[in-house]
Amino acid sequence: MNGLTHMISGSLLAAIRPFLAQLPDSFWMPSQASTTAGEVDRVFFVIYWISVFFFAIIVGLMALFVVRYRRRHPGDEAVHGTQHHSVPLEITWTVIPIAVSVVIFVLGFRGYMDMATPPRNAYEIQVTGQKWQWFFTYPNGFVTSELHVPEDRPVKLTMTSEDVIHSLWIPAFRVKKDVVPGRYNHTWFEATEPGTYPLLCTEYCGSGHSDMLTVVTVHPSGTFDQWLQEASNVYDTMPPADAGKLLVQRSGCIQCHNLEGNAGIGPTFKNLYGYTQKLRGGGEVTAEDNYIRRSILEPLADVVLGYEPVMPTYAGKLKDKEITYIITYMKSISDRGGSTEEAAADAPAGDAANANPDAATGTEGH
Amino acid sequence: MSTAATGKGNEGRASVAHYFDSARQQYESQKLGMWLFLATEILMFGGLFCAYAIYRANHPEIFLYAHTLLDKNLGAVNTIVLLFSSFTMAWAVRAAMLGQRRLLIGLLAVTLMCGFGFMGIKSIEYHHKWQHGFLWGQRFDYAALEGHAVGHDAAADAAHDAPGGAAPGAEPDAGHAGAPARTDDEAGHVMAELDTAAEVSMAHGHAAATIPRNLHIFFGIYFVMTGLHGIHVLAGMIMLGWLLRRAIRGDFGTRNYTAVDLGGLYWHLVDLIWIFLFPLLYLIH
Amino acid sequence: MSTGATTTAPHVAGHVDHHGGNYLNCESGWKSWLFTLDHKRIGVMYLGTILFAFLLGGIFALLVRTELLTPQQTIMTADEYNRMFTLHGAIMTFLFIIPGIPAALGNFVLPLMLGAKDVALPRLNLASYHIYVIGSLMAVTSILLGGVDTGWTFYTPYSTTTNGAVILVTMSVFVLGFSSIFTGINFIVTVHRMRPAGMGWFQMPLMLWALYATALIQVLATPVLAITLLLLIAERALGIGIFDPALGGDPVLFQHFFWFYSHPAVYIMILPAMGIISELVAVYSRKPIFGYKAIAYSSIAIAVFSFLVWGHHMFVSGQSELAVVIFSALTFSVSIPSAVKVFNWLSTMYRGQIRLETPMVYALIFIFLFGIGGLTGLFLATLATDVHLHDTYFVVAHFHYTMMGGTMIAFLAGIFHWWPKMFGRMFSRKWGNISAALVFVGFNLTFFSQFIMGANGMPRRYFNYPPEFQIYHEASTIGSYILAIGLFVAAGVLIQSLLAGRQAPTNPWGAATLEWQALSPPIQHNFDGPLLLTNPYDFTSNRWDEAEQGFVPVIPVADKETQTS
Repeated sequence: MNGLTHMISGSLLAAIRPFLAQLPDSFWMPSQASTTAGEVDRVFFVIYWISVFFFAIIVGLMALFVVRYRRRHPGDEAVHGTQHHSVPLEITWTVIPIAVSVVIFVLGFRGYMDMATPPRNAYEIQVTGQKWQWFFTYPNGFVTSELHVPEDRPVKLTMTSEDVIHSLWIPAFRVKKDVVPGRYNHTWFEATEPGTYPLLCTEYCGSGHSDMLTVVTVHPSGTFDQWLQEASNVYDTMPPADAGKLLVQRSGCIQCHNLEGNAGIGPTFKNLYGYTQKLRGGGEVTAEDNYIRRSILEPLADVVLGYEPVMPTYAGKLKDKEITYIITYMKSISDRGGSTEEAAADAPAGDAANANPDAATGTEGH
Repeated sequence: MSTAATGKGNEGRASVAHYFDSARQQYESQKLGMWLFLATEILMFGGLFCAYAIYRANHPEIFLYAHTLLDKNLGAVNTIVLLFSSFTMAWAVRAAMLGQRRLLIGLLAVTLMCGFGFMGIKSIEYHHKWQHGFLWGQRFDYAALEGHAVGHDAAADAAHDAPGGAAPGAEPDAGHAGAPARTDDEAGHVMAELDTAAEVSMAHGHAAATIPRNLHIFFGIYFVMTGLHGIHVLAGMIMLGWLLRRAIRGDFGTRNYTAVDLGGLYWHLVDLIWIFLFPLLYLIH
Repeated sequence: MSTGATTTAPHVAGHVDHHGGNYLNCESGWKSWLFTLDHKRIGVMYLGTILFAFLLGGIFALLVRTELLTPQQTIMTADEYNRMFTLHGAIMTFLFIIPGIPAALGNFVLPLMLGAKDVALPRLNLASYHIYVIGSLMAVTSILLGGVDTGWTFYTPYSTTTNGAVILVTMSVFVLGFSSIFTGINFIVTVHRMRPAGMGWFQMPLMLWALYATALIQVLATPVLAITLLLLIAERALGIGIFDPALGGDPVLFQHFFWFYSHPAVYIMILPAMGIISELVAVYSRKPIFGYKAIAYSSIAIAVFSFLVWGHHMFVSGQSELAVVIFSALTFSVSIPSAVKVFNWLSTMYRGQIRLETPMVYALIFIFLFGIGGLTGLFLATLATDVHLHDTYFVVAHFHYTMMGGTMIAFLAGIFHWWPKMFGRMFSRKWGNISAALVFVGFNLTFFSQFIMGANGMPRRYFNYPPEFQIYHEASTIGSYILAIGLFVAAGVLIQSLLAGRQAPTNPWGAATLEWQALSPPIQHNFDGPLLLTNPYDFTSNRWDEAEQGFVPVIPVADKETQTS
C-alpha cells in the first residue's frame, strides 16, 4: 500500500508542480527556515490543489445545473422519469474520496513522523512558559527570554509550564507543541536560514496571551557557541545599571512594568525605587532593596494596591547578582535612587551576603 | 421523570393522552424514553469510570494504599441494603401489575426505608473521613494520616489490612502536606508522573511500604463517584416517596402501573452503579 | 391520526381560518404559551429565544471584529476582549447553534412530518424548553457578573485559576445539556413509536433521519459533557485535584473529556443542517432526492464516526504519537459520508426544475460554504499541516465555514422554507434573495481572509497582533459588517411578512412531505382530516394551482367543498 500511495502522491506532485511554482511563497505560508518546513508546505499544497480541484467540480456543476435547469414558473411538471439512485455512481464517489483521503493521510503521517522524532545528537534547550513570557535555558545554565539556536544543527526543546497551558509556535519552522504544566513535552527542528523569526504562544493563557511572543535568532553555522560564551558573561562586563537595564528587557519585566511612568499590568519601574507603596492587603512599604528583591523572588507576598497578584516568581531564573543589577538600574531611573555611582557602590555592600563580586559564572548558588 | 401517565382514573386506569393511538403505544413510548434516560445516566457515570481507570492505570500504588482507609464492612452492609431494596422494588412492580395495592404500598415503603438506611450508613462513612481529614485534593490532611496510621483503633482502621503494615514510620512528606505551593519537591514529583511505565511500576514496588504520593487523588475520585451516586439515591428516594403517595391514593392498577415500572428501572440502575462502585473503590487488591 | 392506508385526499383550504382557529390563536394569554404542551408552540418559543441568543452572540462577534480593526487596542482592553470572545463562543455554541435546528425547527416539523399530533413526550419537551431558558438566564447573569475569560472550551488549569463567574457559566452549560438530552430522548422515542402505519424507516423524509442521528449523539455524548463540567466545577470550588497539575492531576485529561462531547457536538450542529438541505434541494428541484439510502445511511455513519475522532483537537497537546496517528486516520473517515451527501445533492439538481426561491438560494450557499469548510478540514486532519495550523485563524475560519456557513445558513434556509407553515404568511422572495446575496458576500469576506492570515502565522484569540496582518483583519471586519446587514435584511423580510405578507397557501413550495398537508398555520392538533401518505419525494403527487397560488394534490378532490366548510 505504501508503495502505491507513494507512487500516487509522487505523480500528483509532479502534476501540480507547475502550479506550485506560480504561487507566491508568502501568500499562503510564511518563509521557510527549517528542514521540515519544505515538507510541510509540500503536503499543504498537495491538499490545497486537491481541494481546489474538488471545489471547482462541486461549485461548477452546481452553477451549471442552476443555469441550465432553472425554471421561473412553479407550474412546471415535476420530474418523474429519472433515476433516483445509481449504485455505480454511489460507489464511485465513495471510493474516490477514500482514495484521496488515504493519500493525504499517508503524506501527512510521513511528514509528522519526521517532525516527531528528534535526532539523537540534538542540542537540547529547556523551555519554560509562564504568564506571559518564555525562558530558554541553555546547557550551561544561561537563561534568555529570546531563543537563540545554531544553523544546521538539530535542536530539541524540552518544555514545561509554570502555570497554565501555553503552546510554542515558530511559524517559520512549522513547529508547534503545547507547553503543559506538570509534564515535559518535546519538539525539535533544524534551522536552515540565519535570521530572526517570530515565536508565539498559541494556547490562550489570559490577559497577556497576545504579548507572549518573542523571536528566534538563528546564528550562522559555527558562531553559536561563541555567542553563547559571550552572552553568558555579558552582564559582568558592563556597568551594573546597564546590565540591569538589559536584564529588565531580556527577562521580560518590561512586558508588565514599563519604563515610561505608566501603570501596566504591574507598576512602572520609573520612580518606583525609594517611594512608599500602598499594599493590597493593607499597610505600606517603601520600595527599597529588600522589598524589591522579595518581590522578584516571592511576587505574591506583598502586592501593590491596584494590581492583580499575577506575577510569576523569578526564583531560579535570575541569579542574586542579576537581581542586584536590576535594583541598581531601578535606582538609576528613580529620582529617589541617589546617583548611579552611589547605587553601584551601594549594591554589593547592601547585599553583601548574596552578591559575591566574584565574576565566576553560572554556578553561583541561589 | 418522564412518567407522563396522567393517571387520575380512580380505578387505576391509564388515561391515554390525545396524541397517542393506544395505551400500548403510550406505555412503550414512555418505557423507551426511560431506557434512553438510563443510557445517559450510564454514560455520565461512564465518564467517571474512565477517569478512575486512567488514574488507577497510571498510579496503582495510590489506589492500593488508599482503599485500606475505606471501611469495607460499612460498604458491604450498604451493598446488601441496596441489593435488598432492588429486590423489594422488583416485587413492588409485580404487585402494581397485579393490582395488589396494600402489598405495593408496603414494598415501596420498605424500599424507601432501605434508601434511608443506605444514606445513613453513607453519612457515617463520610463523617469518619471528615474527622480524619481523608478528603479530596487540597483538603486532604497528610499530617493526620501519619497519626491515623500510628494510633487509630476503630474498625475503620486501615493498619490491620494494609499489606505491609501501614507504615507507621513513613517519613512525613512535607511537600505534599501543604497547599499547592510550588516547591522544588513539588515540581519534581509532578514530573515524576510522566506516563513512563517504568517509573510507575517502580513506585508500585514501594507502595506497600510507604504512604504514596498524591493519595488525595483517590479521595477526589472517591468523593465525586460516591457523592454523585448519593445524589442519585436521594433523587430515587424522592421518586419513591412520590410513588408511595400515589399508591396510597390508589392511582395504580393492573392497567396503569407505568410509573412504578419506570421508577423501578431507575432504582435498579442506581443499585447497579453501586455494585460497580463497591469493588472498584473498596475491594482493590 | 389514523392509518395511512386511506386514500382520501387532504384538505386544500389555505385561506380561511379553520373553525377551531390555528395553533397560534386557539388559546391566548402568556400562560397558554409558557405552559403549552403543543410541540409547535414550543418550537416557536424556542425559535424566538434562540434567535435572541443569536443576536446577543452576534453583537459580541461584531465587537470582537471591531476591536481587531487595528493591531493595538481599538475599543476595549485585553481583558474585555478576552471576555467578549469567550461569550461569543459560548453563546453561539451552547445557546444558538446546538439547540438551533433540532429544538426550534425540529420541534415544529418532526411530528408534522410523521403525521403525528405531537411528540411522544410533550411534558419532557416543555421541560426541555424551560431548562433551556433557565440555562440561558444563568449565562446572561454571568455576563452581568463580569463574565468569564476562559474561552468557550474552559481548558484547565486556566479555567480553575482565573477570575470571573466560571462556575456559573459552566453550571449554565451543564443545565443546557439537560435541555439537549431531553430533546434528543424525545425525538428518538417519537421517531420509533409515532411513525404512522405505512411509513417504514425508508419512507421517512431525510430530515427525520438527520434529526434521529442528531438525537442519538445528543443522548450519547451530552452526559459526558455533564460529568466533565461537574468535575471542573468540583475542581474549581473544592480543589479535588483531578485536573489540577499542582495537585498531581492531568490537565490534558480535561481536554479528552471535553472533546469527547464537543466533537460529536459539531455533528449535533451539522447533521440537522444536512437534513434541511436534503429536503430543500429535492423540493426546489422538483425531483426525487438522488441516493435516498446513501444519504440516510451517511447520517448514521457520521453520527457513529463522530465519536471516534475527538483526539484530533489535541495533535499538539503531547498525547502519544500512536494516538495522534490513529485519530488522524479516523478523522478522514468523517469526510467520506459528508462528500457522499454533497454529490447526491448535486445529482438531485441534475436535470431537475430548479426554482431559485429564497430557501433554495440559501441551500446553494450552504453547498458552496460547506464545501470550503469541509475541504479545509482536510488540512487540519492531516498531521504535518495541522501542527502548523492548529490554534490559528485558519482553524477559526474552518469552523466558521462549517458551523456558520453550514449550520447557520441551513437554519436560515429552513426558517424561510417553513416560515409559511409556521406563521401562515408569505415573504418577499426578492428581498429574501437580496439578504442571501449580502450574507454570502459578507461571509466570504469575513472568513476567507482568516484562512490566509492563519496559515501565515496569525494565532487565534490574540488581542494585539503584528501589523502585517492588519489588511486581512480589516477585510474580515468589513465583511462582518456586511454579513450583519444581510442578516438584518433577512430579519426585516420575515418581520415584514408577519405584518403585511400574503396569506400562505397550504403548500406554497410543492413539497411532498406530510407537514404540507396541514393548514398554514396548522390547527392545534395538526391535522383534522385523514392523511394521504405518499413518497416524501414524489413531486408528481402535487401540481401548481394558479387560483390557490400554491400546490394542490393531483388526485381528484371530490369533497373539497365539504372540507373547506
